[in-house]
Amino acid sequence: MNRKLDRPDFDVIAGWMQPCERVLDLGCGDGALLKFLIETRGVSGCGIDFDDANVLAAIRNGVNVIQSNIDAGLAGFGERAFDHVVLSRTLQTIRHTEKLLTEMLRVGREAVVSFPNFGYWKNRQAVMDGRMPVSEDLPYQWYDTPNLRFFTMLDFEDLCAKMRLHVRERQVLDEKGQMITEEHNFLGSLAVYRLSRAAAT
Amino acid sequence: MNPKTGSVGVVAAQLVHFDAPLELRSGGVIPSYDLVYETYGTLNAAKSNAILVCHALSGHHHVAGHYADQPDSLGWWDNIVGPGRPLDTDKFFIVGVNNLGGCHGSTGPSSINPATGKPWGADFPLVAVSDWVRAQARLADHLGIDSWAVVIGGSLGGMQALRWTITYPERIRHALVIAAAPKLSAQNIAFNDVARQAILTDPEFHGGHYYEHDVRPVRGLRLARMLGHITYLSDDQMGEKFGRELRNEGFHYGYGVEFEVESYLRHQGDKFAGYFDANTYLLMTKALDYFDPARHHGGDLAATLKPALARFLVVSFTTDWRFTPARSREIVDALLKNRQDVSYAEINSDFGHDSFLLEDTQYHAVLRAYLDRVKL
Repeated sequence: MNRKLDRPDFDVIAGWMQPCERVLDLGCGDGALLKFLIETRGVSGCGIDFDDANVLAAIRNGVNVIQSNIDAGLAGFGERAFDHVVLSRTLQTIRHTEKLLTEMLRVGREAVVSFPNFGYWKNRQAVMDGRMPVSEDLPYQWYDTPNLRFFTMLDFEDLCAKMRLHVRERQVLDEKGQMITEEHNFLGSLAVYRLSRAAAT
Repeated sequence: MNPKTGSVGVVAAQLVHFDAPLELRSGGVIPSYDLVYETYGTLNAAKSNAILVCHALSGHHHVAGHYADQPDSLGWWDNIVGPGRPLDTDKFFIVGVNNLGGCHGSTGPSSINPATGKPWGADFPLVAVSDWVRAQARLADHLGIDSWAVVIGGSLGGMQALRWTITYPERIRHALVIAAAPKLSAQNIAFNDVARQAILTDPEFHGGHYYEHDVRPVRGLRLARMLGHITYLSDDQMGEKFGRELRNEGFHYGYGVEFEVESYLRHQGDKFAGYFDANTYLLMTKALDYFDPARHHGGDLAATLKPALARFLVVSFTTDWRFTPARSREIVDALLKNRQDVSYAEINSDFGHDSFLLEDTQYHAVLRAYLDRVKL
C-alpha cells in the first residue's frame, strides 16, 4: 500500500504509546511501524493488510499480521480489544471513511490517524498552477494513486465534530518531518491525530 | 536460494510398537499398537528443531522423498519438504506419521486384532483427533522430543495441529493450521455421510469384516472418493480443466463415459479404491465429523483455545469451499480475542481445498517466511 520507511509520523505515534499496551495497525504494510512500536515502546499487537506482498513482508519482519480488507470493516475484532488502533497514511485510501473511524473506536480505546494534508501550501500551489499535487506525502501521479479521498485538516476536523470524536492530541509535520506550530492547515504536509470517543454528556 | 534446494531423496519408513494401552475418546481401548513414521533431517542436540507433519483424510507417514526401490513413490507433500524448501531439512527435523486407524502400516482396521487373531475390521474402535494427538505424543516421547518446534497440517491435519495446542500446550511452540476449520458444518458432515453410505451399502462390505470374505467394497470406496474429490476442487478449476470436453466426438445418449470430467473422476476413484482401506476411510470421516474441541466449552472456541501457548499461523485459500476462509477466520478471531499470537494469510488460489498440497508462490513464501523465524 504505502511506503512506510523513515516515516516521520512514527515518532509522533510512538510518543502516544505506553509499554504493554495493545496496538492494532490497519494497513500495516511491511509491519515497520508495529515493529518500531514493539521495539521502542514495548507494546504488543498485530497488523492488518490485504496485499499479498505486504502480508509476506510483515511475516518476514516477525510481526503478527492478519490478511483482511479493512474496507470491509473490523468484524471479528471484539470491542475495546486494543488500546490503540492506528491508521497511518491510509485513511485517504478508504472508501467507507465514517464506518472505519467508527469501527476503530469500537475495537480500540483510542484511534491514531495520520494522513497527507491536502491543504498544505505546496498542494494548493500545485492546484493553482493547474496540476494535481505530487509531493513527499502525496507521492503518486493522479493515474496511479491508491488515494480515493482528498481532504484537508479542516475537513477532517469537521468530520470529527460531526461524528462527535474527541481530538485528544494533534501533531502536524512539514515535508521534512519537522513539527509545525502555527498555520497548521497551510504549513502542514502530514497530520497525525489522536482520537477517542467523546465522553458521554 | 540454497544451491542444494530439492527433495530429501531416498527415505525409509520406521515402525515403533507401543505396549501401553491407549484409551480412546469413544470409550474404546487399543491394547497395543504400531505407528509407522518417517523422519527427514537431523534432530539437533537440544532436540528443539522437530516438526510434526499431520496428514489429512487419505494421507500417511510418507510425506517426502522416495523409496530406494520405487523412484516414483514421491511423498504426498514432497514439494514443501527438503533442503532449502519451506520445511527446510537443513534446519528442521521433520516427522511424518501414519495415524492410528490408518491403512499404511500403523495399526488400523486391517491389522490383526490380537484378541481374535483376525483383522479388526468393524471392531476397530472409532478414533478421534484427540486420540491421534495422544498417540503422536507417545511417538514424540519415543523420539526424545519434549516439545515440537512446529506442528503443521492441512485440512484434517490442521485440526490435529489445533488440537495439539489445547491438549499439550507446553509441547508445541508453533501451530501451522492450513485449510482447516474449528469444526465441520452440516454440509461437510452431509458429504461425509453420503461417502460412508456408499461404502456401508456396498454388498461386499460385509459389516466391515470383508477381509474374511477375501473381498473389498471397491465400488463403495470408489464412489466415496469420487464424491470427496469433487469437494476438493473448485468449480472454476473443474471448468477450466475439463469444461464440457467429450472423450469422443458427439453425444452417445448412454451411460458410458462421455465427458472428460467423468473419465477423470472415475480414474481417481479407481486409483484410490485400489489401495485404500474402506474401514479406514469410514473411520477418518467420522474423526472429521466428531472434531469439535469447543464442544466441551459450550461452543466457545476462544475459551477452548485459552490454554494454548503456541504461536499460530493460519492459512486459507480463496476457492476452498470445503473449509472456506471464513472457517479459518473463526480460529483467528478466537485467538485474537484471547490476545494470542496469530498471523493469518488468505491465499489467492484457483485450486479449491486441494490448494494446500500444491506449490503456490505466495503460499510457500508465507510458510517459508514464518518458518525462517522459528527460533530453535
